[in-house]
Amino acid sequence: MPKQLIDSEVRERLEILDVKFNRFGYDRYGISTYRLGLFYSFLKPFYRHYFRVETVDINKVPDEGRGMLISNHSGGIPLDAGMLLSAMILDKNPPRLAHGMVEKFAAKWMFVSHWFSRLGQFTGIPQHARRILDDERLLLVYPEGARGTGKLFRDRYQLVRFGTGFMRLALETNTPIIPSAFIGGEEALPVLFHANRLGRLVGAPYWPVPKHIVPMPLPVRCQIRFGAPMHFEGNGNESDEVIQSYVDQVRLVIAKMIDEGLEDLGLDPVTQPWLTGVI
Amino acid sequence: MRILITGISGALARMLAKTLADNGHVIAGIDRRPWVDPPKDIQVHQADIRKRPAEEVFRSFQPEVLVHMATVTHLNTRFEERYRINMNGTRVVFENCAKYDVKQAIFVGRHTIYGAASDSPLYHTEAEPPMAASTYPELSDLVAADLFAGSALWRWPTLNTAVLRLVYTLGPTQRGPLSSFLSAERVPTVLGFDPLFQFMHEQDACDAISSAVDSRLRGVFNVAGPSAIPLSVLIRGVGKTQVPIPEFLFERMLGRAGLSDLPSGAVNHIKYSVTIDDSEFRKNTGFEPQYDESRVMHAFRYV
Repeated sequence: MPKQLIDSEVRERLEILDVKFNRFGYDRYGISTYRLGLFYSFLKPFYRHYFRVETVDINKVPDEGRGMLISNHSGGIPLDAGMLLSAMILDKNPPRLAHGMVEKFAAKWMFVSHWFSRLGQFTGIPQHARRILDDERLLLVYPEGARGTGKLFRDRYQLVRFGTGFMRLALETNTPIIPSAFIGGEEALPVLFHANRLGRLVGAPYWPVPKHIVPMPLPVRCQIRFGAPMHFEGNGNESDEVIQSYVDQVRLVIAKMIDEGLEDLGLDPVTQPWLTGVI
Repeated sequence: MRILITGISGALARMLAKTLADNGHVIAGIDRRPWVDPPKDIQVHQADIRKRPAEEVFRSFQPEVLVHMATVTHLNTRFEERYRINMNGTRVVFENCAKYDVKQAIFVGRHTIYGAASDSPLYHTEAEPPMAASTYPELSDLVAADLFAGSALWRWPTLNTAVLRLVYTLGPTQRGPLSSFLSAERVPTVLGFDPLFQFMHEQDACDAISSAVDSRLRGVFNVAGPSAIPLSVLIRGVGKTQVPIPEFLFERMLGRAGLSDLPSGAVNHIKYSVTIDDSEFRKNTGFEPQYDESRVMHAFRYV
């Protein structure tokens, strides 16, 4: 693959990235500067022109040091992750490489596993998350996991159950949590139903079938909002109840940010069924 | 110090014997295989470590330090025999250490015992369990020997035991599992996978073991050299040609058409990374590898 495929803006941004690459162009986790270049050059037109992503308060993401980006997952395919990663490279100053925690099945797929590991997107296991934070890097977590991407259009923007592992890790490693909301992802791929048999055939948890049949996102305007970093005090050994209350605080902040984003983009507001009774 | 090396006729062990002798130690060794014409100051006893003549070496030489390298690792040896040698051999060697008042025992093991799987973490720490028995059953004897050696820490508390889990070694001897994999002109890889490989120069491996002796190391430690690089970069770096093969054809193509051979079951080790975190070892011994990844590949390529 020729070097000319790498966009000049992307190249400039990657040059000032705070990741140490060796003489072969790899960091110690096998992240390749060349592959990062190809990947973000591919995503840039989607980010700038196809989805016309705009960011709100992106500078709330710390410029350096450990941090945990916590966001809502849109249904279908994880295009929200691709756009959030692009925002961190293209619009954040200075740029930061966010490390996503990838579903385990992806590591078994040829090429996919190879590309993800060259791009710093590692299998979602606690050891990886801790290592990234200990290295003072930025971790991207979707606490909804596959339950989040498995949403149907009729359940759009409703936050399903959040896993609690991220909160214990944040407390243990004293990591600030940066809440984030992604708006537009649900309209880009309005999933009607899941073809489960097809999903099982390829080893995925589901296969999304959108209104327009082909699982290819539509060009919809998207917005990513960032909230002020949240610090929680503790050591990670708190009871489930305490942890759950912290997680609920984060979830509430993200739900509020989703509301603001929907209003901003002129989309219909949604009700979060789990909120009834909380407030 | 008086140092006894079991398995001294192996390529790495010979190098270690010379390194330790150069550092001023008195060296003796035991091996079933002969070492024709060893340096004058190194005494070699041809014996089976499980048998009486080997015990006599403990009695007469009275080692203060033992370095156990007599584990059979080539996978063409019959599995039952390998298991017997590796388990019984390790057991007898440690019992002799306790009986003849050896001060320190060093077990030289391998990092592959952590196993290669799609969900295994990068940079294993010593606290993680060895998973190779599930991903690559042929390695189960090495896993068991490693764990048995670790049990010496509580079995014989006065014997200072160090279990070292070394990454692949590369260098002028051209021996070892990674060397044989890279020996053919065309090296097969699994299409769509490019794991990280971690390796160190043979001389660095010897220096690491030597530093474990000097610092009277105790416990279980990962030992690594320069940072890990993708397999594709390694193959290119040693001047070979990478041949990506779809997984369903992979085992059938091994050893054919000029491709290097691999034991079946090793496929996972070509698909997924096994990398280790060696920070504890460095902290406890002050060891720093002298050869970076380019120099290691160069040393292997141009002997």
